[in-house]
Amino acid sequence: MEFKTILFYIFSAVTVLAALRVITARNPVHAALFLVLAFFNVAGLWMLLQAEFLALALIMVYVGAVMVLFLFVVMMLDINIERVRQGFWKNLPLGALVGGLMAVEMSMVLSGRYFGLANLPPQNLPANYSNTKELARLLYTDYAYPFEIASVILLVAIIAAVMLTLRTRKDNKAMHASDQIAVKSKDRMRLVKMAPEVEVSVPTAKEGEQA
Amino acid sequence: MISLSHYLILAAILFSISVVGIFLNRKNLIVLLMAIELMLLAVNINFVAFSHYLNDLSGQLFVFFILVVAAAESGIGLAILVVLFRNLSSIDVEDLDSLKG
Repeated sequence: MEFKTILFYIFSAVTVLAALRVITARNPVHAALFLVLAFFNVAGLWMLLQAEFLALALIMVYVGAVMVLFLFVVMMLDINIERVRQGFWKNLPLGALVGGLMAVEMSMVLSGRYFGLANLPPQNLPANYSNTKELARLLYTDYAYPFEIASVILLVAIIAAVMLTLRTRKDNKAMHASDQIAVKSKDRMRLVKMAPEVEVSVPTAKEGEQA
Repeated sequence: MISLSHYLILAAILFSISVVGIFLNRKNLIVLLMAIELMLLAVNINFVAFSHYLNDLSGQLFVFFILVVAAAESGIGLAILVVLFRNLSSIDVEDLDSLKG
């Protein structure tokens, strides 16, 4: 057996085991850590497929940022595990049956000879080939607009996440600039219409004294 | 010799595992999000494998964009989860019935 074949089987076995633990782990923190393990092994598989940039991006972006975010949130929340695990064992046989059937059927289709998938030769790239350089060349030429849209999506995600979790205090005295600009002179001063003063009939005794 | 089928079958197994995970952990919102991440990972394996064996880099660029969308999705999802927990003190999906849907 070739060394790359051994590596493939090791990486895929650990990935599948880690994925199984992600969905069965009792503690969500353990589930997140097993997800990190699965991501690491998939990054190894992508290295075998000569997608070096994506493998490293997966580790840095996913393991470094997204999974740490997951861990933060999991540790911040106080989860009632007993309640959340209700019905897990009851649903397990049916779920395992359906999932196993799905996996077996897809494997049968994909390993068959209908598509000629087994005969495709792997890439043979020269030693000085740079995956990152080629990806960047495509990204900034053919895919320039999708790339910019991707950055807008990330910006929207940042703003959405901040606005969703933003909590203003009740005694906050910060002023809204838009409200200040939109103010009209009517809002600044209120003219109150009052009924004119009515002449009160003064008692006649005093008038008599003055006279 | 590892062929394209090997990678596709691995991705199929991962995808089935995450479908089962969504089915089993219906109550736990955070494990649901993790199962969705796992599903996207399975799809990404397919893309990278096809890109390698068909000698076309577009597949890897697609994975790049999927990573962007997945990061945005999990960021917003976790933000919603935090707001939810603040209001309900629970992440059980069955408590989210205030719309009576």
